[in-house]
Amino acid sequence: MSSLDAAWVYLSSNPLWHLTLTLLAYQLSLKLAAKSGFHPLVNPVLISIVVIIAVLQVTGADYATYFEGAQFVHFLLGPATVALAVPLYRQFVAVRRSLAAILASIITGSVTASATAVLLGYWLGADATTLSSLAPKSVTTPVAMGITEQLGGIPSLTAILVIVTGIIGASLGPLALDAAGVRAMPARGLAIGTASHGIGTARAMQVSEVAGAFSGLAMGLNAVATALILPTLWRLFFG
Amino acid sequence: MLAMLTLIFSCQLVGELVVVTFGLTVPGPVLGMLLLFVGLMVRGSTPASLGAAADGLLSNLSLLFVPAGVGVMLHASLLSKQWLPLSVAVFFSTLVTVVVTGWLMQRLGRRAPASTAE
Repeated sequence: MSSLDAAWVYLSSNPLWHLTLTLLAYQLSLKLAAKSGFHPLVNPVLISIVVIIAVLQVTGADYATYFEGAQFVHFLLGPATVALAVPLYRQFVAVRRSLAAILASIITGSVTASATAVLLGYWLGADATTLSSLAPKSVTTPVAMGITEQLGGIPSLTAILVIVTGIIGASLGPLALDAAGVRAMPARGLAIGTASHGIGTARAMQVSEVAGAFSGLAMGLNAVATALILPTLWRLFFG
Repeated sequence: MLAMLTLIFSCQLVGELVVVTFGLTVPGPVLGMLLLFVGLMVRGSTPASLGAAADGLLSNLSLLFVPAGVGVMLHASLLSKQWLPLSVAVFFSTLVTVVVTGWLMQRLGRRAPASTAE
């Protein structure tokens, strides 16, 4: 065995390699996204996932081996979810006077998002595991994956569906709002944030500060609303 | 900073404990987030050090989804079988949600015009 082979055997069994690979792939993807002017179709998470899976295919590592290294990044999802309380509180203070309208709209949006997705998927023949991975697709990724786990779905499939949802909402949502005659910036921001979480919010912030603030608030409140409502409804209908 | 990270971790820990103890269907970290949110409401402001700790955790939030997202490689056959219902459902459901939420907020928001000035 050459010393290069020996080095590779050492490296590929060390968790540090897959941790570093994750960080490298993400930073490369961020650079690409920045080059595109943060176009919604150039999503850094999606690109990172494709790059890492390609590397794992080449090196022949399985997911369990990859996760031994990547778990250190994954672990921070829980604390980051808790930390979402801080931006949620900041935006909440700014818009608390229209709270009743906001809550009614977001709760309606939350139920619409899950119900239409599950009904369409069911009608087109998706199986139960797929449907439970699809149901929280409008919720911000860390919370959506937690909800999917509760429903018995596949969190990694949810992560992909959440990202695709974000891309569709961010790129086509404004056109749909134009067509529906929704012009008020608070309503536009709230709609984009409820349907397409952080990816939509990033887009809304580029358009207007008001839309961005409402979108960020909608993302946070929709996560809470869906986490409270969806598992309960799910148990009621499918339990 | 360390104290605030400890606070964030403690909120999650309490959330997870409550979920396990009472058999709730809410994700533990979401309960932790609500706990911290209520704490901020009671206090009436965000301590600067908590803001810094939260911003630090959230500044690269999308990086944290990558390890779980790579797990989709285990479900390639499911994706190849179910891509049609998934794409149709995600596409139309997202646009319907945008329109329903925006339309309702615009209708309800008209009754409280003062709030939209902010």
